Amino acid sequence: MNLAEKILARASGRDEVKPGEIVQSRVDAAMANEITGPLAIKAFREIGVPKVWDNERIVLIQDHQVPADTVKSAELHKIMRRFAEEQSIKFFYDIGRGGVCHQVMVEEGHVLPGDLIVGADSHTCTYGALGAFGTGIGSTEMAAVFATGEIWLRVPSSIKVNFCGSLREHVAAKDLILYVISLIGASGATYKAMEFTGSTISKLSIGERMTLCNMAVEMGAKAGLVNPDEKTLRYVEKLARRRFEPLKSDQDADYEKTLKIDVSRIEPMIACPHAVDNVKPVKSVEDVKIDQAFIGSCTNGRIEDLRAAAEILRRGRISKGVRMIITPASRRIYLQALREGLIETFIEAGALVTNPTCGACFGGHMGLLAPGEVCISSSNRNFIGRMGSPEAEIYLASPITVAASALAGRIVDPIEYLED
Amino acid sequence: MKIAGKAIVFGDDINTDVIIPSKYLTTLDPKELAKHAMEGMDPSFADKAKEGIILVAGKNFGCGSSREQAPIALKYAGVRCVLAEFFARIFYRNAVNIGLPVLEAPGVSKAVNDGDFLTVNLEKGEILNETKGEVMKAVRLPEFILEILKDGGLINHLKKKIGGK
Ligand code: SF4
Repeated sequence: MNLAEKILARASGRDEVKPGEIVQSRVDAAMANEITGPLAIKAFREIGVPKVWDNERIVLIQDHQVPADTVKSAELHKIMRRFAEEQSIKFFYDIGRGGVCHQVMVEEGHVLPGDLIVGADSHTCTYGALGAFGTGIGSTEMAAVFATGEIWLRVPSSIKVNFCGSLREHVAAKDLILYVISLIGASGATYKAMEFTGSTISKLSIGERMTLCNMAVEMGAKAGLVNPDEKTLRYVEKLARRRFEPLKSDQDADYEKTLKIDVSRIEPMIACPHAVDNVKPVKSVEDVKIDQAFIGSCTNGRIEDLRAAAEILRRGRISKGVRMIITPASRRIYLQALREGLIETFIEAGALVTNPTCGACFGGHMGLLAPGEVCISSSNRNFIGRMGSPEAEIYLASPITVAASALAGRIVDPIEYLED
Repeated sequence: MKIAGKAIVFGDDINTDVIIPSKYLTTLDPKELAKHAMEGMDPSFADKAKEGIILVAGKNFGCGSSREQAPIALKYAGVRCVLAEFFARIFYRNAVNIGLPVLEAPGVSKAVNDGDFLTVNLEKGEILNETKGEVMKAVRLPEFILEILKDGGLINHLKKKIGGK
């Protein structure tokens, strides 16, 4: 069996499962944020059980509109706070305590190798970076999980993506996954799991693996996974909130399809408006002027992303016509960036640094776009209207490309720009 | 469970924005949502579906966002069942959870014409096209999904299970 199958087999108490089978599974953890949580809480009350199935396995996180930008958001936050209190939810990350939900789940030790985790958010697939099966569900379904700790899942077939070779300088994990999306397309992995493997993967940090798994859902996938290795175990050792038992794919596991990619040939890539699979090499879209540059989100708001951006922003000042917004994905990352002097670098270069939040990523608050504006963003979706006006344009790229473009005032290939 | 009705046929990749445009998401009233079902595709859909219909579609039905309002709008507009080549993942789950029967039936979008009268046998996974006198096979639903559908959705299903203990 492959990793996805092994995790689902264990979670459903079976020796073996096959793609297409539907299994009733126990989840190891469940996550909801203040956008999906209140609806789930309402449905939970309708079910009529007084207590949640396990107050230590439900994690509630306020991240989308923090601090509250409207009275409506404040009300949603309040519903979450009340519920957390009433149900004695042990892990409730209120404003100032956590950050973007998926980052918090990983760095606070709620995601462990071998876990099955459901989240009421589509990017729950990020957890595959630690060898866990994470998948997004709707609010009603989350209510049922709150009540029972169980969920039915169809065992997905898996696509294996085998990366070999080393990344060129200024090419990042984001460029890899954009490249994969260009091959598979926006619905090419519907119902399926994607397993990222190969010699390149073992060289990537946990943060970089999260970037890969995070965007699996942009191909329709149910989960993105990386087999746990030494690095994974070292990473979770200190953080783990529970006991866990890692699982790995068998050597002779079955895959629906295998892609082989030599990453040394991949150049900086960019997803152009208005589809995540409208991917091109950055150098082919040069001379697009930008109004806003954004670094943040559960895709690319981590410490390695901020370091890479700082290294580039140290070289100069952000172009006059560009506003740059940098949003560390969590409180921990924010602190680390402060200690390393990265925040100072950003501010000196002319960037605006915000508190950890989803904020600009989904056009919630803190950095919306006006009609006709162009934004280059390190986030994961460039749908029409995603970051504000439906008449704005969004390009998705790596933090390196975003930072270099912010200096240049237009979209630039960082390799060419930085070597000049 | 037997479900009967006239077919309304759509193509491939019908996304949730077409099923219920996002400008209506602020309302949580199912009847209000129903008025705008499929508005992105056919503004007169709600009117046509009133009597109770079976929606037939091609590949990847319900792709896009995870909005639960999409299957809710269809159900309350009068859609008794959706038959498609295959569904987008979260739509499929949300439909079952709110009690809207969904069946995968390879070939269905070619075999059925607008206005054909269909009878669907959910237990057997069989579709009878009465207009053409043909029987088609669908992928059979597992027992527990059938149970959820019979109870009218996940919340009712759980209530019953918990109440029955
Ligand atoms: S950062 Fe963006 S993609 Fe990630 S959870 Fe928040 S809104 Fe969703």
